[in-house]
Amino acid sequence: MTLLRIDKLDMNVHGLPILREVSLAVAAGQIVGVIGESGSGKSMTALSVMQLLPRGAHCTGRITLAGQEVLTLSEPALCRVRGRDAGMVFQEPMTALNPLQTIGAQVAETILVHERVTRAEAMERAADALTRAELPPGRFPMSRYPHELSGGQRQRVVIAMAIALRPKLLIADEPTTALDVITQAEILDLLKRLVREEGMGLMLISHDLAVVADMADEIVIMRDGEVVESGAAGWLLDNMRHPYSRALLAASSHQPERPVEAPSDVLLDVRGVVRDYAIRRKGWWGGDGAFRAVNDVSFQLRKGESLGLVGESGCGKSTLTRAILGLESVQGGEIRAFGHSVGRGFPNALRAGIQVVFQDPYGSFNPRWKVARLVAEPFHLMAARPDDWRDRVARVLTDVGMEPDAMDRYIHEFSGGQRQRIAIARALILRPEILILDEAVSALDVSIRAQILDLLARLQGEYGLSYLFISHDLSVVQSITDRVLVMQAGEIVEQGETAQVFDAPQHDYTRKLIAAAPRLATEAERKA
Amino acid sequence: MLRYMVKKLLSLAVSLVVASAVIFLALEVVPGDPAANMLGINAQEETLAALREELGLDRGPVARYADWVGGMLVGDFGTSYTYRTPVSEMIADRVVVSLPLALYALALSTLVAIPAGIWAAARRGSGVDLGVMGLTQLGVAIPNFWFAMLMVLIFAINLRWFSAGGFAGWDAGVGPAMHSLTLPAVALALPQAAILTRVMRSALLDTLGEDFIRTARAKGLTRGQTLWRHALRNALIPVLTIIGLQFSFLIAGAIIIENVFFLPGLGRLVFQAISARDLIVVESVVMLLVFAVIMVNFVVDLTYAAVDPRLRRSR
Repeated sequence: MTLLRIDKLDMNVHGLPILREVSLAVAAGQIVGVIGESGSGKSMTALSVMQLLPRGAHCTGRITLAGQEVLTLSEPALCRVRGRDAGMVFQEPMTALNPLQTIGAQVAETILVHERVTRAEAMERAADALTRAELPPGRFPMSRYPHELSGGQRQRVVIAMAIALRPKLLIADEPTTALDVITQAEILDLLKRLVREEGMGLMLISHDLAVVADMADEIVIMRDGEVVESGAAGWLLDNMRHPYSRALLAASSHQPERPVEAPSDVLLDVRGVVRDYAIRRKGWWGGDGAFRAVNDVSFQLRKGESLGLVGESGCGKSTLTRAILGLESVQGGEIRAFGHSVGRGFPNALRAGIQVVFQDPYGSFNPRWKVARLVAEPFHLMAARPDDWRDRVARVLTDVGMEPDAMDRYIHEFSGGQRQRIAIARALILRPEILILDEAVSALDVSIRAQILDLLARLQGEYGLSYLFISHDLSVVQSITDRVLVMQAGEIVEQGETAQVFDAPQHDYTRKLIAAAPRLATEAERKA
Repeated sequence: MLRYMVKKLLSLAVSLVVASAVIFLALEVVPGDPAANMLGINAQEETLAALREELGLDRGPVARYADWVGGMLVGDFGTSYTYRTPVSEMIADRVVVSLPLALYALALSTLVAIPAGIWAAARRGSGVDLGVMGLTQLGVAIPNFWFAMLMVLIFAINLRWFSAGGFAGWDAGVGPAMHSLTLPAVALALPQAAILTRVMRSALLDTLGEDFIRTARAKGLTRGQTLWRHALRNALIPVLTIIGLQFSFLIAGAIIIENVFFLPGLGRLVFQAISARDLIVVESVVMLLVFAVIMVNFVVDLTYAAVDPRLRRSR
C-alpha cells in the first residue's frame, strides 16, 4: 500500500525554482533512499512533505500522505499530521534538541500535543519510545538534559520523538552524516529494525550512496531539483542509465591514480608523544585531574609517503595534529620535523615546510580578504614577501586547477570545492614538504571529493609532497594512503600498509571500524 | 548547583574587596592630602589640622582602610563633613527614594519591552514589527531629560494629573509616593524599554532560527506553541543580561532625572557630595552603589543557572 506519493511536485522560493516535477512513492514497510549532492533538492523534498519549508516557498503538484492531500491542508490540519502521521529525524543531533528541557519532556511533548493524556501517561509512553530507540530510561534517565548525552544518543532521542506516536512514515534527513562510523552503523541498524518491526515507511535521505545502497529497497537519485533516475535498489545499481547516476556511483568508489615513489628520508618523527589536558577537580578537595588525549604515540612520515590517520571523533587525532603543527605543547615525548624539535625555537623557515588544510571550506577564510591575500598569507613566515608574489599566487592557483583571475575575487564567490582548492593553494604557496590534510575532503560532495582526491594525487608527484591524511572516512583513507595508523582513545592501536590493514585487520577496534563503514558492494559481489 | 553558587559567591566577595580597595586608594591615598582636597585651597591651617585629626589621617592608610571597611560592615559609614550627620542616615533617606524608583522603572520597562519584543519577533517583517522597531529607534534617540520635561509640560502643567516634581514621602502612604515617582519612572524606563525590546526581538529571532525549533515544528507544534515552549526560554539569557545591566544603571544613573523632578535620591546625593567635596559621603555612596551592582550581577548569574541547566555544572 502506498503511504506517501509525491506527484510532479514543483516548488519555488520567491519565484526561484527549487524542485521540478519530483515524483516518488514510499510504501508501508519500505525504505526509499533519496540520494543527491548538496543543492539537489533532496532535503527540500522532505520538508515539502512536512510543509516545513522556508518563508516564501510555494508548492504545486500533489503530495498524498496516508490518504490526505498535504498541499490542500490548512496549517492546523498540518500540525495534526506532523508528528502523528509522519515523523522526521534531522542531520544535526547536537542542535536538534532544546538544550533547556529534559529528554523525557521533549519526547513526551510529541504525545501531549496530539493526544489528550495526562502528563504521567505521556511520560510513560515517552519511556517506551526511548526504549524502542534503544535508550532505555533504566540506563539513561529521562531527567537527563541533551548536553549530558553524546551525539549518537541525542540522535536516538530525536528518533524516539519521531516514533513516539508510531507514525506511518518516518523521514530521516542525513541522520548519520554528523556521526562516527560505528555510531552511524548502530543508528542505521536501529532505523532498519524500526521499519521492519513497526511496518513504517522510511524515506532515507543521504549524500552517501554507500549508506543508502545497503539498506534501501528503492533508490531515487536527485540532481538540481529533479529526479534523474529511480528504481529498485539492487537493480538500479547494476542498470544505471543516466550519466549523472553513473558518475555518482563511480565517484563514490573513486580510486585516484597515485605516483609510485619509494619513500626515503624520515621527514617527521613522532616519538612517545603524550598530551594531557587539565580537567576539573573531583570533589572539593580532590587534586587536579588530567585527561590524556594523546598517549605515547610514535610514528614516522617519510618523504613522498602518504600516511593515513583514522579514528572516531574524540580519539585524539586533532590534538595530535595541533601538536605536530606546534600549536600545542606536549607533556612527554618529542616531535621532530626535518631534524629539529617542533615547538619553541622551531625556525620559521622549517615551519614553512609543514602546511595544513582543514575540513571546513567555509569557515577557514577571512571573508573580507581577496583570494590573492588569502593565498599569500603564509609568506609572513619568510623574512620578506617576495616581489613576484602575485605571480607565485597565480601559478599555485593554476596548479590546483583554478583560473589565476580568481585572485581578485572574494571567497564567498566560490563553491565548497573551489574553496578547498584555494585552501590547498594557500598550503602549497611556500612549497612545503609535508602537507597535513585534516578531514580535508569530509565536507565535500562525492563528485567534488573525487576531483580533490585526484588533485591531491597529482600534486603529490608535482610538488614531491608527503601527506598526513587525517579522516574518519575509511574509504577515502584507503584510496589515497600507503600506510595507515588507527587511533583509539589517544593511542595508536594498529599501523601498517594500508592494503594490509584493510584486508587483514589485527586489532578488534580496527575490525569494528571496517565492519561499520558503509561500503558499496562491487559489481562482482552484487552478481554473486 | 551548590558548587556554582559557592563559586559565584566567592567571586562576589573578591569583587567587593577589590572595589573597596580601589575606591579607598583613589579618594584617600593617591591625590595627596584628603583634608586639603575637601577644604579647598583657601583653607585655614587650624581647620585643616582639625579635619586631619577627625579623618584620622595621622594613622597609616592600612589602619584607616580597615576602619572604613569594618565600619561599613556594621552599618557605620562615618559622619558627613558638610552636613554633620551620620552618612548611614543620609543614605537610608535616599535609598527609600532611589531603590523604589529604579524598581518601578525596571518593572515598567520590562513589562513593556518583553511583550513588545515577542510581538515584533512573532510577526517579523509585518507592520507590527516595523512599528515596534520604529518606536524603539525613537526611544533610544530621545534624551530622557527632554522627554521628562515634555511629560512635565503635558501631565503636570497642562493636565495637572501629576505634580511637576518632589517626593511625597512614604509617610503619606504608598499611593501618593508611587504617584510622585510615576513620571520619573516613565522617563527612566523609556530608553531602557527601547533597548530591551530590541534585545528581546533579536534574541528571539536568533532562537527561532535554531535547529530545535524545526524539530519542535516537526513534532506537530504550532508556530505559537513553538515560540512559547521552546524559543522564549532559550532567548532569555541575553535579555536577563541586559536587565541586570539596566538595573545597576538605574540605581546609580538617575542623577539627571532626579534633578529634573527634584527627587531626593542617591544620584543627587553623590552629585551634591562631590560639589561639596564631602569625600566621606562620596566614598560610602560609591561603595554602596558598587555593592548594589555586584549583588545584581550575582542575582543575574543565579537566574542564568535557573534558566539554563548547562550552567548548573560549574566548569
